[in-house]
Amino acid sequence: MPYLLNSPFKKASLNIMKELSNSQLMRYSRHIMLKDMDIDGQEKLWNSKVLIIGLGGLGCAVAQYLTASGIGELTLVDDDTVDITNLQRQVLHHEASIGLSKCLSAKASLRAINSEIRLNTIEQRLAGKHLADVITKHDIVIDCSDNLITRNELNLQCYQLKKTLVSGAAIRMEGQVSVYDMQATTPCYQCLSQHFGEQILTCVEAGVLSPVVGIVGNMQACEAIKVLAGIGQPLIGKLMLLDASDMSINTFSILKSPQCSVCGEIPFISE
Amino acid sequence: MRIMINNIEHLVDNSELVEIIKQYGAKAPFAVAINGEFVAKSNYATTQVQPDDLVDIVSPIFGG
Repeated sequence: MPYLLNSPFKKASLNIMKELSNSQLMRYSRHIMLKDMDIDGQEKLWNSKVLIIGLGGLGCAVAQYLTASGIGELTLVDDDTVDITNLQRQVLHHEASIGLSKCLSAKASLRAINSEIRLNTIEQRLAGKHLADVITKHDIVIDCSDNLITRNELNLQCYQLKKTLVSGAAIRMEGQVSVYDMQATTPCYQCLSQHFGEQILTCVEAGVLSPVVGIVGNMQACEAIKVLAGIGQPLIGKLMLLDASDMSINTFSILKSPQCSVCGEIPFISE
Repeated sequence: MRIMINNIEHLVDNSELVEIIKQYGAKAPFAVAINGEFVAKSNYATTQVQPDDLVDIVSPIFGG
């Protein structure tokens, strides 16, 4: 029945991708003009679900640009409330938001940027099966957390569920970004973090220059868009280090570690 | 021999990575990359640095 292949009904039933409306084609036209992105890439963004862990400095920058870029669905996870010391760098939270949940404060700012996308909030610290259930419902996970325990747990869950993890971190005038696609031949975050042992300093203890979290967060947003739209070469298996004091960027290769407790030859077995 | 450590030139007389790390005074925790590639901790003891190698001693960052 070849005629069915050309009928809109058949097309709709074959292709569950949501198409962009005419006004959205105009709205995202500066993306669509990019040769590699085109309508196809923008439609992939519109059909994507992104999980953002942490709505601090990195999370605010990531969420702001992914919202403006037309990602179809964002889920924001943070159990914290807005404090006056956050306002220096966490640009989605405003003076009137002090005391409010970071999730709800960020959601209100994001809604003003883009009313079309779906915004979910989870005002809890996720772990274990609950975290796995949430990750499963998304296409990609962006780590904007502020501690090693969360980072390692996110990595473990993303590895087990084979979800791409876009990792970013910042302190003082330094930042780092990397992407882990959790494939058999590529490293995971633990292959890197095993070098470092326990957590040393947080932004609370060491300070952080405001625009540095913006730079790193925007790099994470950029990497997420590249992965979702299938454009460019994401930082898979590479660690990019930024030193804003002289604005130098160095990129290192992370080798897959055979002894890695998550992705190594003797894999981690969860309870 | 001449090597670069964190983008600064150093003259070292020992080619063993562990000795170079010790002489540099690196304080744990850190990771070491040679010519842009991280070295597994288990390989530190057997890794030799070559003249003009670029050695980077990198501290962890976890802040968000």
